[in-house]
Amino acid sequence: MSHIDRRSFLTLAGGTVFATALGYPMISFGTGKRVVIIGGGIGGATAAKYIRMADPSIEVTLVEPKKTYHTCFLSNEILGGNRDFKTIAFGYEGLKKRGVNVMHEIAIDIDATAKTVTLKGGKKLGYDACIVSPGISFKWDAIEGYDANVAKTLPHAWHAGPQTVLLRDQVRAMPDGGNVIIVAPPNPFRCPPGPYERASQIAWYLKNNKPKSKIFILDNKKKFSKQKLFQAGWQRHYGFNTDHSMIEWISGDAGGKVTRVDAKAMIAEAGVDFKGSVINVIPPQQAGRIAFAGDLVDKKGWCPVKQNTFESTRHSDIYVVGDASVAAPLPKSGYAANSEAKVCAAAVVAKLNGQSAPVPSYVNTCYSLITPNDGMSVAMVYRFDKQKGKVIKVKGSGGLTSDKASAEMRKREVSYAHSWFMNITRDTFF
Amino acid sequence: MKNRHLWLYFLFMSGSVLIGTVPILLQAAETPTASMLANSCAGCHGTNGSSVGPASPTIAGISNDYFIETMQAYKKGTRPATIMTRIAKGYTDEEIKLMAGFFSKQKFIRYEQNFDPAKARAGKKLHKKYCDKCHEDAGRSAEDDAGILAGQWAPYLRYSMDDFNSGNREMEKKMKKKMDILKKKEGDEGVEQLIHFYSSQK
Repeated sequence: MSHIDRRSFLTLAGGTVFATALGYPMISFGTGKRVVIIGGGIGGATAAKYIRMADPSIEVTLVEPKKTYHTCFLSNEILGGNRDFKTIAFGYEGLKKRGVNVMHEIAIDIDATAKTVTLKGGKKLGYDACIVSPGISFKWDAIEGYDANVAKTLPHAWHAGPQTVLLRDQVRAMPDGGNVIIVAPPNPFRCPPGPYERASQIAWYLKNNKPKSKIFILDNKKKFSKQKLFQAGWQRHYGFNTDHSMIEWISGDAGGKVTRVDAKAMIAEAGVDFKGSVINVIPPQQAGRIAFAGDLVDKKGWCPVKQNTFESTRHSDIYVVGDASVAAPLPKSGYAANSEAKVCAAAVVAKLNGQSAPVPSYVNTCYSLITPNDGMSVAMVYRFDKQKGKVIKVKGSGGLTSDKASAEMRKREVSYAHSWFMNITRDTFF
Repeated sequence: MKNRHLWLYFLFMSGSVLIGTVPILLQAAETPTASMLANSCAGCHGTNGSSVGPASPTIAGISNDYFIETMQAYKKGTRPATIMTRIAKGYTDEEIKLMAGFFSKQKFIRYEQNFDPAKARAGKKLHKKYCDKCHEDAGRSAEDDAGILAGQWAPYLRYSMDDFNSGNREMEKKMKKKMDILKKKEGDEGVEQLIHFYSSQK
């Protein structure tokens, strides 16, 4: 029975007290097994599935405005012409089949005392545990001249979907010899290797279609994720470190810090002005909006959690998973969100059944594709350190693809990246 | 090893009172459950270990000992891999045993793959002749710690055969003997036909 059905029934029956007094068995008020999940991305959808798998007696409601979710991971392949946009779209039929009550609504507030989630329009959902997986939002005031409105013409494409298509089409439409400017964000941000994989994929397209063009990555940072491997890959395929390099990376120190964007003149102002045919600004980030409304964020705009359960340190019975949570050394990646959600789901199931939180285990695996035949990965196994009260890397585990990996092994990484994509999306949405 | 399992069984059945009293048992209490560990594999190997492809192998239904042997080989670096050599190092021997127990109990779900019917037919004959003695039941069996071949993803089988044949991965004596004859008589095409046969099975 869904929340709405029960709610309307309760109204008909003349209110909560009366109905409860009658003791209707289908009225689950007071049974303490209602979970409301806000956000149907990787974290939220995985949590919904794994709670239902572990304990079908728990009533799970997933609140997600969009009917279709587009994965950020591997969306860069679309820019390179190596993936069809349709393949990154996922609906919620699979979760519905598992008995998840999916509501395409916008959550606007969480009341930690009353234990309710308020939807746009005023409807309230009661919960015993609330899992928030809000993803990221952008700090629109960080770069002068760049805001939500300008993003309609100068895409960030850091929420996949129409923004991905817009950026792809702009790269397709630009003249041979034009510049693509990628403005990379400061730490921490979603998908640390993402901007550099994006440069690689766009370079693949340009190399094959507009070879006189160039990509400038204007970076806030001094270094970046998988840097050596990316640069070695760019050297192999895109002339990096030569006079004809297709990709130039300009670090924050070397004048890569962008302070202003002029959308009309198509200029990104850093140490000097960079003129682009395409300007892709990936703005500085913080937790998604509902995390702010629900008072779940710290001063930096991210959500502190107990890292063995992902319960908020600010409000009990509210959990935050995925990119919005403070879970370092776990990165803000899709695999980490999926892994965190399973740990959180197990903790919530245990709690609702009067048991203590299980011992967690976490994994991250993240692939980056330089060409359709050249990929690399980073992996890590994590555990929870009780003394430190936080997630730690398991010593000796994980790390990057070897810089000595053969071309054959780098090619295998691509097919394992595609397998990872197929399996993680199925593990999340079906 | 059997005794050790018994000990674990006793530990789980005896509950938290006992776990709380003895220091060595306390340490064991910090080991995650089998499902907690196994769930973190699903992102690449599929929910409960059945991969939807196109390359990462299904590990559901795998023999308990073959799983342990494989993970230990990755851990030591004696079996080549893109990523598993890095991931296996993150787990204790005890955790690997727990995962082995979990995945060996799961059902191997087979998904449809593209294959060449003529090659698959030829491969079926070769399988009977060279492989069926150990990889019983047309490669569906995990008995005697054989890897399940039927319905395994073709690219993974191909990588495995490449690694065997290049000498990067050690072959068991019996397998090497059969492979040497097969390669001599049927060439690389014979190996390819076998792969088409295995990937044709549903």
